[in-house]
Amino acid sequence: MLTVTQSGLYCPAADFYIDPWSPVDRAVITHAHGDHARWGSRRYLASRAGERVLRTRLGPEANIELVDYGEPVNINGVNVSLIPAGHILGSAQVRIEHRGEVWVVSGDYKTEPDPTCAPFEAERCHTFITESTFGLPIYTWRPQRETFDELLGWWRDNAAEGRASVVCGYALGKAQRILAGVLGNEIGPVYTHGAVERLTQDYRDAGVELPATTAVAALPKGTRFAGSLIVAPPSAAGSTWLRRFGDHSTAFASGWMRVRGARRRRALDRGFVLSDHVDWPSLMATIDATGAECVWVTHGYREPVARYLEERGLRTSTIASQWEGEGEGEDDTGVATGEEETS
Amino acid sequence: MKSFARLYADLDATTSTNRKVAAMSEYFTSATPADAAWAVYFLAGGRPKRLIPVRRLAAWAMEESQVPEWLFEESYHAVGDLAETIALVLPERVIPDDAPPVGEVPLHEWVERRILPLGEMTEAEQRDAVLAAWRELSGTERYIWNKLITGAFRVGVSEQLVVRALSRASGVEEGVIAHRIGGHWVPTAEGFAALVASDAADADESRPYPFYLAYALEEELPALGEPTEWQAEWKWDGIRAQVIRRGGRTYIWSRGGELVTDRFPELVAAAEKLPDGTALDGEIMPWMKGTALPFAQLQRRIGRKKLGPKILAEVPVALVTYDLLELAGRDLRNEPLVERRRLLDTLLADVSTWPDQTFIPSPIVHVASWDDAVAAQASSRERRAEGLMLKRRDSVYGVGRRKGSWWKWKVQPFSVDAVMIYAQPGHGRRALLHTDYTFAVRDGDALVPFAKAYSGLTDAEIRTLDAWIRRHTLEKFGPVRHVEPVQVFELAFEGIQRSPRHKSGVAVRFPRIARWRTDKPVSEIDTIDTLRALIRAHE
Repeated sequence: MLTVTQSGLYCPAADFYIDPWSPVDRAVITHAHGDHARWGSRRYLASRAGERVLRTRLGPEANIELVDYGEPVNINGVNVSLIPAGHILGSAQVRIEHRGEVWVVSGDYKTEPDPTCAPFEAERCHTFITESTFGLPIYTWRPQRETFDELLGWWRDNAAEGRASVVCGYALGKAQRILAGVLGNEIGPVYTHGAVERLTQDYRDAGVELPATTAVAALPKGTRFAGSLIVAPPSAAGSTWLRRFGDHSTAFASGWMRVRGARRRRALDRGFVLSDHVDWPSLMATIDATGAECVWVTHGYREPVARYLEERGLRTSTIASQWEGEGEGEDDTGVATGEEETS
Repeated sequence: MKSFARLYADLDATTSTNRKVAAMSEYFTSATPADAAWAVYFLAGGRPKRLIPVRRLAAWAMEESQVPEWLFEESYHAVGDLAETIALVLPERVIPDDAPPVGEVPLHEWVERRILPLGEMTEAEQRDAVLAAWRELSGTERYIWNKLITGAFRVGVSEQLVVRALSRASGVEEGVIAHRIGGHWVPTAEGFAALVASDAADADESRPYPFYLAYALEEELPALGEPTEWQAEWKWDGIRAQVIRRGGRTYIWSRGGELVTDRFPELVAAAEKLPDGTALDGEIMPWMKGTALPFAQLQRRIGRKKLGPKILAEVPVALVTYDLLELAGRDLRNEPLVERRRLLDTLLADVSTWPDQTFIPSPIVHVASWDDAVAAQASSRERRAEGLMLKRRDSVYGVGRRKGSWWKWKVQPFSVDAVMIYAQPGHGRRALLHTDYTFAVRDGDALVPFAKAYSGLTDAEIRTLDAWIRRHTLEKFGPVRHVEPVQVFELAFEGIQRSPRHKSGVAVRFPRIARWRTDKPVSEIDTIDTLRALIRAHE
């Protein structure tokens, strides 16, 4: 049904690619993160829920066909539909059905509830192509309420001591999830980095309820930041952009923060373990729920996940993504930075 | 244990010395003396005896979490620390929302009732006790538990910082607390009370003087004026220390403010001959038959908890003494250097009658002209010195680092251009990046590895290099990657000697990366002959 080509996953029967790495005639897009939604293809098919953020990423000229979740599309006799993936606003799994055989491409996904996007739905299939960003048993998420309580406690303590709180997280998805997580508990004003503000407005336009925010750049000169929460992309960490906030504490919200070495190396004050990807137990539970007998593993800890599944009697295969290495990738500025939580 | 875990997390999260001291001081103020005592004990590097090997814990964790061994090893590679890997693979403790709140079990109860008894248990009993603790603890607490019971607990604070925090919490002077902590105290409520007691008569006797430190010479020699105004000595590469003899007892203080008396029994024995009320300043050097041994020998000694007769015989130490700060109880620091030196030479004059030359006056290097100084400095490696010290003859013994009257003038480090051939991930803070590199020089058409280096690159360079390494791996052996021999680095090191144990036949001391030579092709790196010539030149 699908093959791996120079440009990524390809469906020969219907002549389309999924999240292609280079321009193609027809691209089906799982979500708007930079390493999944690339410029330059002639036609795109994507979820209606993610329309705004995808437009922001691909530009006004892109030719995008939008479909609702679950709405079938016939492409050259192959039945294609998009299923919610729970990763970010508009994120989708791609379900492909042809001559009675069903394949599902997960894209990036998480199964934890997230008020900023439609919840993940497990879909029965014969072959499941899964991501494996956090595919090791050390990656197990505590209930997210605990993480948000920690984050709010940190903000409260900083505010009490007259400091600003700067939390860094991926500008599309993580930033809005943080904002939604503090909704109703605002301890002080909430400000954003420009890269975050625009996408946050896209989320609001799509009907997601978020606290009021102001872009730092739009604030009058002399604004005092003590007590405020500033949501910024990872590239802001350690940059001179932070100087304007005076006394502040920095934090990073990412699944990578589960490991002490990753926290320490960033030289940030705090690391909050908050991921938009499945953890190990949910990854295994999801594969189980799809009923798939064959699993292709991509994007992350491919080899260990495949071997673990093989030992449990599944047929597996690994797909090298264009991004090599453990968790390597790019952040919002497009600069390769080692181990950001991408996509 | 919860508040100790919070303290650990606070200390771990910051690189600021001030914040660390503040966090500890706050803990010492709010904790009970019994808990604070154990916190001091562990933070200052104390370890309980008879511990459980970490590999045994790993086996239990694999059973408990049902993670196969190979997957555990994969996880370990990603984490870089075994005790942490164990804490992370264990199933997360889930507390039902309606569970009654559990009171905090104090640190001293954990240590005294749960940790110390492990030493007396059979392996099966240990296993039950450890599994029970894992089920009760979560997150950071579980990690700390693993570290404590395997004797590997450490957090980025020195004994000196603990002393500073205790001083801040109690108002007792740092020197007094350092004296008490360096002696024999027991981690009990009473022991803690004695550490921070305000009556300081007990500590006055041991107190060292603040060390006077030299600045690196930055000007041309003639700018210092006439050479006759200066005294030149070798700059020794040992451990700077003060030996204090007062009240019939001896105290040895390192420059870091640690009391290290126990580490140097031969100095303690020889110091009995010093008159009461003496304070010597000098360098503890590995020393045999009148000459210095390589610093690496001293490192062998420093690394040991117990000093057996073998190591004491193989690596004896001497105090190469260059200053006298107190004589007959009188503070000499405001006397000019020449006068202090005269008194020092008189004091140590009968050195030859002492059995093993334990206190040696640091030789004065005769320098009639600045050209002499240049020649002497260039020859310093022959004596295992790392350069020259230039001290103004009329200088007083100041406090801390002051510019003007004491200069250190180190020889340039050795350096060669070499190519990186292996890389592996670091540990701890650097566990996810390749930060440990092996370098080779050319030997005909072959490359011979000769040094490993871990430091010298910026974080940005490390990330760039890490990305390159992942894309240019030829082979993988576990965590080690054999990479294409392309990246050339200038390596600096302090010493070089023959070593039959190394494939290259040479061993270098303190290698580090001086520069990433992106401008240099691998065809232009140095050869094994260059290294051999360096050895010959300094033998």
